[in-house]
Amino acid sequence: MTSVSTQPLGRLTRPARRGASRSTARRRLAPGRPVPYGKALGPLLLLAVWSAGSAAGLIEPRSLSAPWTVVTTAGDLIEDGRLQSHLAASAQRALLGLLFGTAAGLLLALLSGLSRLGEGVIDGPVQIKRAIPSLALVPLLILWLGIGETMKVVTVSLVVLVPVYIHTHNGLRSIDNRYVELSETVRLSRWQFVRHVVLPGTLPGFLLGMRFAVTATWLALVVVEQVNATSGLGYMMELARTYGQTEIIIVGLVVYGLLGLASDGLVRLTERKVLSWRRTLAG
Amino acid sequence: MAADTRGLTRTKRGRAAVRIHGLDRSFENRKVLDGLELSIREGEFVALLGRSGSGKSTLLRALAGLDHLVDGKGVLSAPDNVSVVFQDARLLPWKRVLDNVLLGLPGPDARERGRAALAEVGLADREEAWPVELSGGEQQRVSLARSLVREPELLLADEPFGALDALTRIRMHELLRKLCERHRPAVLLVTHDVDEAIELADRVAVLEEGRITADVAVGIEGPRRHGTPEYAALREGLLTRLGVEAQDRPILEEAHA
Ligand SMILES: Nc1ncnc2c1ncn2[C@@H]1O[C@H](COP(=O)(O)OP(=O)(O)OP(=O)(O)O)[C@@H](O)[C@H]1O
Ligand SMILES: [Mg+2]
Repeated sequence: MTSVSTQPLGRLTRPARRGASRSTARRRLAPGRPVPYGKALGPLLLLAVWSAGSAAGLIEPRSLSAPWTVVTTAGDLIEDGRLQSHLAASAQRALLGLLFGTAAGLLLALLSGLSRLGEGVIDGPVQIKRAIPSLALVPLLILWLGIGETMKVVTVSLVVLVPVYIHTHNGLRSIDNRYVELSETVRLSRWQFVRHVVLPGTLPGFLLGMRFAVTATWLALVVVEQVNATSGLGYMMELARTYGQTEIIIVGLVVYGLLGLASDGLVRLTERKVLSWRRTLAG
Repeated sequence: MAADTRGLTRTKRGRAAVRIHGLDRSFENRKVLDGLELSIREGEFVALLGRSGSGKSTLLRALAGLDHLVDGKGVLSAPDNVSVVFQDARLLPWKRVLDNVLLGLPGPDARERGRAALAEVGLADREEAWPVELSGGEQQRVSLARSLVREPELLLADEPFGALDALTRIRMHELLRKLCERHRPAVLLVTHDVDEAIELADRVAVLEEGRITADVAVGIEGPRRHGTPEYAALREGLLTRLGVEAQDRPILEEAHA
């Protein structure tokens, strides 16, 4: 406690200093303006390292083919139509699974969120289902449904169902009770209440669930297509593995990545469109 | 009904919009309303004062039919068409202003009526705005429009201006008074503010220990201003009822004298 410690106090007592306006400016807590194409920075850097490593011969082509090999292989695969047909097979499974899984998750969430009886009957089993990794059910599903398309679509549906249910149900349960009271005082019917209050109030939760669901869809697809299939991206990669064609495996990975990004982007775009009434950090 | 007339006229008899007789409400065996009696005539504006925790909101929620899970008994008759204005504007954030006003409103001409109601509260040009884009006072005006478009026979308001600044509150008083003169619903306004009660109401009731312990008509003719002797006397009486002792109060009357 000597004269040194009085220094900061001394500074505070000089409000008329020229630089004072800077020290009184509010600290900005939101992350600030986005850097243009900022999100492309990381991937581009990775690509550069990969290219440099391959060109310098530091990366063994049998472990990781060079980027240009991957590009030409992709070109060949597209030319002979193999990539498209595998992609179509995968996309069909993904879309069907997503459709059934979302519909089931949404319906179950609404039933269990809107009635105590529904919650008693539905919530328990879904929570149990959630505790078991969906992919661990694949052996059982093969026994029940065989190894055909049905099994694959059902697996994807089950994987999709869980996040859609959890987030929708959570969104529904966290609708402010004050809105429920309001609905009672303006005497909404049950259906009007669902339409004007429950569904819009649940939408943010549902869309969050969808984002998890689309990511999970592609994950489930990889697994079921590598277990037993004669078409699809996973099959194409599995086949390439047996022949040691690293470049085809990488093409498959890149396509999976692009699909994942595109579907996530699609859900986010929808989010921005339908949730325009919200003002959040994302702006 | 313990009447505290303090030299003022008692309320006249008329057709009752609200009749409450022997109303009990309790939470965990603690009686909040205890044999409460109150009636409100058609078109009458009643302000309800009471200390914090005295049960004003409990009474209002009973009238609004929002207390399904609360223990209690009593006779309570209220009109079918009741509207509530809450302390928060309680607009659905995902609906634009006009759609909030129209919430649950039936009829082919609903949109027209909604527009007219918004115009009445001075927000005709904001019907396409989102609630987050409005100021607190504007939101509360939308909520007033949502109530009035239903042409209620009884308007219940629980500290509707509590969250607003003093200037906005004065404008809202003016607006509410005009709207009530035009639409003539019976009104029960819960407030903390004695001046708000005197300025707006035909009658002021005080809720204390589960009952109405004072129920006075505001017999002031013409504009109700601070500083007039009637106003001061009424204010004095009500504050005393609310347990605010004279020495604790700011000396408003002398400043005007
Ligand atoms: N849901 C509830 N559960 C338990 N107790 C409650 C509940 N609601 C109200 N109470 C109690 O009932 C009493 C009256 O509450 P009420 O909200 O009616 O008071 P109030 O007069 O509106 O007060 P304020 O002026 O602060 O809004 C309070 O003591 C409160 O604690
Ligand atoms: Mg209250």
